[in-house]
Amino acid sequence: MEMANQGMTLYDKIWAAHEVGERVDGNNLLYIDLQLLHEVTSPQAFEGLQLNKRPLWRVDANLATPDHNVPTQDREKGLDGITDLIALEQVVTLDENCRDFGVRQFDILDQRQGIVHVVGPEQGATLPGMTIVCGDSHTSTHGAFAALAQGVGTSEVEHVMATQCLVQNKAKNFAVMVHGALADGVSAKDLILAIIGKLGTAGATGYTIEYMGETIRNLSMEGRMTLCNMSIEAGARAGLVAVDEVTLEYVAGRPFSPTGVLWDQAEAYWRTLKSDADAHFDSRLEIDAAGIVPQVTWGTSPEMVTGVDGVVPDPDDFADSVQRESAGHALKYMDLEPGTAITDIQLDRIFIGSCTNARIEDLRAAAGVIKGKTLAPNIKEALVVPGSGLVKAQAEEEGLAKIFVDAGFQWRAAGCSMCLGMNPDRVGPGEHCASTSNRNFEGRQGHGGRTHLVSPATAAASAIAGHFVDVRGW
Amino acid sequence: MQAFDTHTGLAVPLDRVNVDTDQIIPKQYLKSIKRTGFGDYLFDAWRFHDQGDIGMTRNERQINHRFALNLPAYQGASVLLARDNFGCGSSREHAVWALLEYGIRVVLAPSFADIFYGNCFKNGLLPVVLGEAEIDTLFGLAAEGLNLTVDLPNQQVVVKDGHSFGFEIAAGLKEKMLSGMDDIALSLQHRELITTFENKHRTAQPWLFDRQPQQ
Ligand code: SF4
Repeated sequence: MEMANQGMTLYDKIWAAHEVGERVDGNNLLYIDLQLLHEVTSPQAFEGLQLNKRPLWRVDANLATPDHNVPTQDREKGLDGITDLIALEQVVTLDENCRDFGVRQFDILDQRQGIVHVVGPEQGATLPGMTIVCGDSHTSTHGAFAALAQGVGTSEVEHVMATQCLVQNKAKNFAVMVHGALADGVSAKDLILAIIGKLGTAGATGYTIEYMGETIRNLSMEGRMTLCNMSIEAGARAGLVAVDEVTLEYVAGRPFSPTGVLWDQAEAYWRTLKSDADAHFDSRLEIDAAGIVPQVTWGTSPEMVTGVDGVVPDPDDFADSVQRESAGHALKYMDLEPGTAITDIQLDRIFIGSCTNARIEDLRAAAGVIKGKTLAPNIKEALVVPGSGLVKAQAEEEGLAKIFVDAGFQWRAAGCSMCLGMNPDRVGPGEHCASTSNRNFEGRQGHGGRTHLVSPATAAASAIAGHFVDVRGW
Repeated sequence: MQAFDTHTGLAVPLDRVNVDTDQIIPKQYLKSIKRTGFGDYLFDAWRFHDQGDIGMTRNERQINHRFALNLPAYQGASVLLARDNFGCGSSREHAVWALLEYGIRVVLAPSFADIFYGNCFKNGLLPVVLGEAEIDTLFGLAAEGLNLTVDLPNQQVVVKDGHSFGFEIAAGLKEKMLSGMDDIALSLQHRELITTFENKHRTAQPWLFDRQPQQ
């Protein structure tokens, strides 16, 4: 309960603006403004509606695009380009469901197709102050817009389809306060990896994180999306950044953004979307941005991370026995010796993409460090997978695609791709991959694959060197 | 969702801690577009020696005859006896669907992973938490073949020879299982509440409704 004169956090405010009320069982209903749908977690939900003869509560509050298992080659062939029959069935099912229920979809041949978490903001479908859900845990991305955005399970997807509400009780407030300037070559990805390294993967379980402080204010919207994207890797279901001029400037003029009088009305409200000075946070973490170096994960959990100038840790150095055991297990899987310099880790594959890092600024950062250079001979494959068809087109227009291709990278069509290896793009057994995605679990990018999470600039520069390099001196 | 009142059935023991959802139903089966069809692949890596894939039938598989679920004594079991932290790992609801479709109605364990526990109540599978010692007793009895009754109204697990153990369950969750009402039906009982809120919300933030793309 908020005290009458106690200030409210940003999360408190969005929550209050969407609290429908209590059900008879005492659980709370939270109203949802937008549900993003993709081919993997929606089919059973649509099936459930059909079986129970229930309509969508609000058709206009849904937006769909296939992303998880669409191939990134032969895109012009559309559905015919999908060789995995089961994946094809999922994509076709999404087409059919969207047609039957009247849901707007950017289908496989639409230039606006892409990873849901790239498409939503790009189209202005994501707006400040909204509540957003999607059957994908990286929905937290949209929190960059001061939108309460959360990943949900299949039953919840169906529940929101049928009732426009989520059954949910309120989380606690966590403030992550970041001061100081990030060094040149250090990005939002490095910042969030460093935060996860400090918090641990369950450090914010039960909380909504708000990222605050001058460092955050100085990030672009794309940087803020990268940051919020990985809130889930710290255990939080949602991450938030308050509205400021940067937010408003980004949102203005997008296809689904309000215009005219509606815009003025919206803007006035959006400007209130920040935590009050006297708001209460249940937990806090202070971070000095100046001390952050480019980050590289060495293990099989995002919290197993260190600076590029560091070494692979010795499991024996962990005080906690569970951590010691899991570090030992991770190093065995990754085939890494304690004490190895991070820059000595040889790479086989490079993946630049995913909802964490496949926006235009990410591609610019990556292209910027490789211009005029070529892939190291030990790199078997380096993929660049833009986050959406529109990002792809823009990168081609800016000449970035050419820089990648000239350097020996493959330039692909938009989708999740090697982030989770559901489509044909995978990391082979035993191979080390520098990846700009968000999860380095065992087998995530392919059976036996060894993932190292890094920023786009680090991934690109390391592709040229053949091993990890410090982009600060690049 | 099927309502749950009192259930009597054969218990099958699964003597492992930290059974995660990828062990309950491996990720290659998640590409299915259905809520059904997972029962044949429950505990796939343990029940079968070969690596399975969607669409394979039991006849094509190499059955692991030593795994509890495959033992003749436990055929037709509908109660799963498990150890600590059952259902940890990925949030996939498919794990619950697979158990139900196989025929399991109750899982008894000393503890469950959070998300799995919640998913059970969304689908009509009853997770029952008992003490370590009680679970040990049941494992002992199950080795000989154990039929037990789970009485949800009275919150009792009753064993044929007279043992009975009480268990705790949140009132709201119990109510939900007894009525068999799914979450959506329950929420739709509050249709008016939702509509009232929606109208108010539409007035406050009209830009969130009937959105059409410009350009
Ligand atoms: S890019 Fe990866 S993390 Fe993002 S939505 Fe796709 S699969 Fe999920």
